Amino acid sequence: MTKALRLLLLIAALVLAPSIGASAQGTPAQDQGATSGDDQSGDQMPDQDTTGTDTGDTGQPAAPAKVAPHDFASGVAALNADSFDDKIAAVTFLSGLNDPRVVGVLQALASERLYAAMDGTILMKEGGVYKNAVTGQTATGVKPDDLSEVELNNRLRGMLQGVLGQLTLQSSDPALRIAAAQAIADQPTPNAVADLTAALAKETNAEVREAMTKTLALLDLQSPDKARRLAAIDHLKQSDDPAVRGQLLRLLGSETDPDVRKDAQAAADAISSRDSYIGIGVDLFEGISLGSILLLAAIGLSVTFGVMGVINMAHGEMIMLGAYSAFVVQQTFRAFLPPGWMNAYLVVAVPVAFAITGLVGIALERTVIRFLYGRPLETLLATWGISLILQQGVRSIFGPDNQAVANPDWMTGGMQLIGGFTLTWNRLVIIFFCFAVLGALAAYLRYSSFGLHMRAVAQNRPMAAAMGIRTGRIDAFTFGLGSGIAGIAGVALSQIGNVSPNLGQIYIVNCFMVVVFGGVGSLWGTLAGALSLGVATKFLEPFAGAIVGQILVLVFIILFIQRRPRGLFALKGRTVEA
Amino acid sequence: MPQRSLFARALTGSPAGMVFLALALVLALAVPLLNGVVREGAPLHVPDYVIPLVGKYLCYAILALALDLVWGYCGVLSLGHGAFFALGGYAMGMYLMRQIGTRGVYRDPVLPDFMVFLNWKELPWYWYGFNHFWFAAAMVVLVPGLLAAVFGFFAFRSRITGVYLSIITQAMTYALLLAFFRNDMGFGGNNGLTDFKDLLGFDLQSHGTMLALYFASVIALVLALVACRLVVATKLGRVMMAVRDAEPRVRFLGYSVTSVKLFAFTLSAVLAGIAGALYVPQIGIINPSEFSPGNSIEIAIWVAVGGRGTLIGPIIGAIAVNAAKTYLSAAFPETWLYCLGGLFILVTLLLPRGLMGLMEQVRMRRNGLTLRKEEKHA
Repeated sequence: MTKALRLLLLIAALVLAPSIGASAQGTPAQDQGATSGDDQSGDQMPDQDTTGTDTGDTGQPAAPAKVAPHDFASGVAALNADSFDDKIAAVTFLSGLNDPRVVGVLQALASERLYAAMDGTILMKEGGVYKNAVTGQTATGVKPDDLSEVELNNRLRGMLQGVLGQLTLQSSDPALRIAAAQAIADQPTPNAVADLTAALAKETNAEVREAMTKTLALLDLQSPDKARRLAAIDHLKQSDDPAVRGQLLRLLGSETDPDVRKDAQAAADAISSRDSYIGIGVDLFEGISLGSILLLAAIGLSVTFGVMGVINMAHGEMIMLGAYSAFVVQQTFRAFLPPGWMNAYLVVAVPVAFAITGLVGIALERTVIRFLYGRPLETLLATWGISLILQQGVRSIFGPDNQAVANPDWMTGGMQLIGGFTLTWNRLVIIFFCFAVLGALAAYLRYSSFGLHMRAVAQNRPMAAAMGIRTGRIDAFTFGLGSGIAGIAGVALSQIGNVSPNLGQIYIVNCFMVVVFGGVGSLWGTLAGALSLGVATKFLEPFAGAIVGQILVLVFIILFIQRRPRGLFALKGRTVEA
Repeated sequence: MPQRSLFARALTGSPAGMVFLALALVLALAVPLLNGVVREGAPLHVPDYVIPLVGKYLCYAILALALDLVWGYCGVLSLGHGAFFALGGYAMGMYLMRQIGTRGVYRDPVLPDFMVFLNWKELPWYWYGFNHFWFAAAMVVLVPGLLAAVFGFFAFRSRITGVYLSIITQAMTYALLLAFFRNDMGFGGNNGLTDFKDLLGFDLQSHGTMLALYFASVIALVLALVACRLVVATKLGRVMMAVRDAEPRVRFLGYSVTSVKLFAFTLSAVLAGIAGALYVPQIGIINPSEFSPGNSIEIAIWVAVGGRGTLIGPIIGAIAVNAAKTYLSAAFPETWLYCLGGLFILVTLLLPRGLMGLMEQVRMRRNGLTLRKEEKHA
């Protein structure tokens, strides 16, 4: 880097610093908004504030010393200009440079990995390492506290998407080219049509061609030529993308030509009817997915509640322990076994989680719960106490933060279906896994002698004891079994989200709803309850929103209980009345 | 013993209860006295912050008393009493919110700050009337009371009992928790209602108002205790206990179990609402976390620690557990949940009748008596 350039950057940094401080102070309304959400930007505000006031104290006026970018280095420096207009100008300038380094820098900017050092050097963060954005060399001795992030606003973000799309059209990776074609459709740049047409002429990959033609058709909707507009509509009516329908409707808003209007309306209607079918399919899948998770979480509860009449408020914590078992198994594999084995950790995690939570369950039954039989309300309180201790215990050992449990390779990604709708492998695997667990449990209870004894105790405890069944032991094992299944559910839950000490709390109320709705002690009731609640929640979501949907389901259950106080599939017999 | 009038019995209860009541009143008066009369720096001086703190415990005591009425005497373990408490609190909070007027950040004479922030143009209909104290006071009683009456009517009519009832009351408070977290509900979303300025024209920050609220809480607690005693001393109270002990038998005898439970549940919810209304101005904030199911379960442990079915016990339990919570969560934040969890387990295992039961056992042993077995598990 030349001395002159260094000087230039230094000036840019000095000019820049006060303006950031000013912008941080000038947005009290946004600050207040941030506190209500979980926006982390609030954390960074004070830092920038101090840099702003520091330079402000030296009496430097925020002179609008504009330096027009003239080469790659100055363009990169201008990305950290004090006004967003200048930043946009810099992006436009860089995108016209035809320099291979531009894409990397702009991508870093778009994903907010671009930082300005105190001396004005622009650094890119790549995989935890800071690199000089101009030279590409790894920067040494960088203190993250001294860096300020290059700020973006929504206008710049949108524009970056379009520009990046255009630049990556020439990429050698077909997936990137498809993404680029789609990005251009969202954020068209002025010469997008020309670029796309040129790229399309060279393109050989069928999928990429399709994406490009679609984008071209979308761009053609704005064409002044009526024939091109009609051709575009004709092409687009086969689409099932709701965004395309949005574009058609926007066209209908401004279009005056009756032929075009008629075609556009027909195409929009065709898309919307196709979308509504796909939407039902998506809702159904998501509903079954949610239902299967609820089912896994609730089966164990149904077993303990049904057989022992015990409300286990610590059931959620058993799920949480199972999820942490998966985490520990993962960490063990990572630490002691070659990386190739990582894919197998989940297979090991399931029995480990079952064993750990099952043993914890048996221990709890023997030490606390067995003294409380016949006093269900007090069992409820005691198990709540257990749940508090387990939560705090895990928090003390693993810390209060979320822990990430990675999906093995065979569970990442998904199956692409029509309409841009993906069945993700992890959800599919969980659905199948859940039914396998249910089937295995049902078979075990039906055909094993332990299952026979368990059912006997559930139906009539004194009579079962009179026939020589050791009810105490059955109770302990039943509790262990229910807890073990909760542990397995925890392993499954670790695959779709983070693992945290309050994981169980999220699911416990819903688990109870499933069990109460389905009917206590009936596996099929639990199955019906979980799936119908899952599907109902997902079908309500589009109309009512996620939270209102959940509230409606809760209200429905409260009303439903009035009609059938013992749930959908109530056990019949005199003992259940007691 | 000659038959005393119902009111006299209600006021004093058993001799032990009378002693306790006198002791409690002395203590209640001692806190402000030690704060006001004893000089600062003197050994027995009580700092200012203790007054609203003890005021908070007194509100919790009313709440525990309310739960004891339904759980201890009627056998209905509601895990949704936190919801009634919070609803009473919100009704009071809405009044306090309207009192802020133009002193808010956005200086809007009508709309609370959070509505201006959400770009709302006019006050939602359910905020009408909350600028009058009498209206808010009526709502403090009516909203929890009505919710309890409607919810209880359906639940008790369908003979939902035991753990099923506990679970659906928990579902109720959970549904309300989710609802109040939403910004569109018009109750301030997850920030709740706060930044209160004054109550009936008195500055909430001033020492005098704090003392007044404290005394209001003491009086409310005593009145609530008397009211509950009145209820349990009547024939209605005996039917309630009969419902707790043998519900089908009471039904076969021709009593309407539904009405008895409904009465107890509704009265209890109203008491919880009043407790919430006294709590909010002393704490200065009400937010949806008050609806969380965990809070409602904690109320049950206060009652269990003190001894359910004793009325006095839950008051002691609420104050003791919360004082311990204040101390432990400041001194050893890590250990508080262990202690609370352990308390749940130990009390249910070893002290099924709570501290009051323990006291009674000690007294009986001294008199050479032992509890009959069935009394132990009442």
